[in-house]
Amino acid sequence: MMTLAFFNSIPWEMILWAAGKAIFVIFLVVLPLVSYTVYAERRVSAAIQDRVGPNRTGFPTTLLGFKKDLQLFLGGLGQPIADAVKFILKEDFTPGGVKQFYFWLAPCLAMLPLVSLAFIPFGSSLFGEKMVIADVNVGVLGIFAVTGCSVYAIVLAGWASNSKYPFLGGIRSSSQMIAYELSMGLSIIPILMLFGSMNLSDLVQYQADNGWLLLPLWGKGWSWERWLMLVPLGISFIIFMISVFAETNRLPFDMPESETELVAGYHTEYSSMKFALFFLGEYAAMIVGSALMVVFFFGGWSLPFIPDGNGNAAPLFQSIFGGIYALLPNWVWGLANITVFFGKVALILIFFIWVRWTLPRFRFDQLIKLGWLYLFEIALANIFLTAAVLAFTNSK
Amino acid sequence: MNPILFWLFSILMLGFGISVVANRNPVASALSLVVSFFCLAALYVGLDAYVLASIQVVVYAGAVMVLFLFIIMLLDLKAEVRRKFNRLAIGGGAVVAIGFAAQLLGVLGSHPRGDQPFPALKLAEGETLSDLQKVGETLFSQHTLPFQVIGVLILVATIGVIVISKRELK
Repeated sequence: MMTLAFFNSIPWEMILWAAGKAIFVIFLVVLPLVSYTVYAERRVSAAIQDRVGPNRTGFPTTLLGFKKDLQLFLGGLGQPIADAVKFILKEDFTPGGVKQFYFWLAPCLAMLPLVSLAFIPFGSSLFGEKMVIADVNVGVLGIFAVTGCSVYAIVLAGWASNSKYPFLGGIRSSSQMIAYELSMGLSIIPILMLFGSMNLSDLVQYQADNGWLLLPLWGKGWSWERWLMLVPLGISFIIFMISVFAETNRLPFDMPESETELVAGYHTEYSSMKFALFFLGEYAAMIVGSALMVVFFFGGWSLPFIPDGNGNAAPLFQSIFGGIYALLPNWVWGLANITVFFGKVALILIFFIWVRWTLPRFRFDQLIKLGWLYLFEIALANIFLTAAVLAFTNSK
Repeated sequence: MNPILFWLFSILMLGFGISVVANRNPVASALSLVVSFFCLAALYVGLDAYVLASIQVVVYAGAVMVLFLFIIMLLDLKAEVRRKFNRLAIGGGAVVAIGFAAQLLGVLGSHPRGDQPFPALKLAEGETLSDLQKVGETLFSQHTLPFQVIGVLILVATIGVIVISKRELK
């Protein structure tokens, strides 16, 4: 009896939904997205440098006397699979003199950025269930809590390797992340002031009804107040974007692993799957950063003309296209929203890659100076600017 | 909160708390403290105090302990691992800790409200507030003066840090 009551007290339905959504997001969407971001990185960099890049992957059957190689997929799309096989099959070498426990712990912690996906609404709703794993009122704080802890992997890797270049990489990374975390957090405050809540799914719903924060074209967004708000919001977008580049250790801010100075930085001593985990973690952090940009500034899963998972769109579009929306079942629109969200994330990822192969690396002192002396102060002043704009528009 | 989760996180928190003190390696101590903070945050979540839980992780695990770890690794404290126990210090520390625990138990036992659960926050009819708004409103209406005083204290500490570090440079 006792056990049955206990069994019934567990909210099984909620747990199953959460687990299902987590498995869907992480294993079916984000991890494939990570491997194809790596592939896109190679192809885009090749295009920028006027090379070809990995455009064929398959089994070298010509070695056995066949006329053609066996291609797995179209072009080089099989490359990520080949990469994964290579990572798993390589020798997992642990150098002598490393601090064993922490040397193993660091790559595990490198996957931590994936946790912050729990707070990000990746779709409107599907079969009446909200497409966000943890729909909490402190979503923004939760994400900052997780990203704040992702520095441990790099610091521990640098320290546990017991070697000077990884150590320098780890030290650089921690000071860089602390510097940019502050401006990243402060740059979001104008949005919270405008919106007045930390619930990310509500924020996206608001943008779906009233225009994206950086594109206020419909609903309440079509007003001079929101267009005036574009000034502080534009400033915070730029600061947020630069901070995301710094937080994810991407060029032009990839000091922790700058090849010319530190061999490979904090993961110099790692090989095989342990290195792959750092690699995956880095790209996962990129995806989380892009997802945050989409959620905060580009309307999350919303696209004008496409209704949410309940078949409702902003009143303006509802009145024009309402008949078309009713033609298809609601789950089609729910799936469309998820596709739109990850499509936007993919566009921003392409932007990340583009920047990496365009801009040269900063010097470390320039990087720290930019973070502490400029971005932090501008973000702080921006909060006061936002408050002034809000007070001005409310008094009218 | 589910009692199993409560006991799990409490035991983990206390276990890692002991490991902070017992570990000879400063890095291991610092990381144990981080895990302990995470368990404390989990307990806050169990009490529906999401804001406090997030801030616990953001401030302590995400900022303070990263700096701790940073300093420990920079200094490379090998002497700490080899150092012998100072019996007098351990005895003194134990006396203080036991005295503090006895006082805490005495106060909680003698206070009639110690037996009762803390009353839940009451909202007016039809009123909905997010956690953060509630925290902000309480801070800026009931506790404005302490809030300001803490702000001044932090400012003093910041200036003090700058003064000390500038003197080191000369």
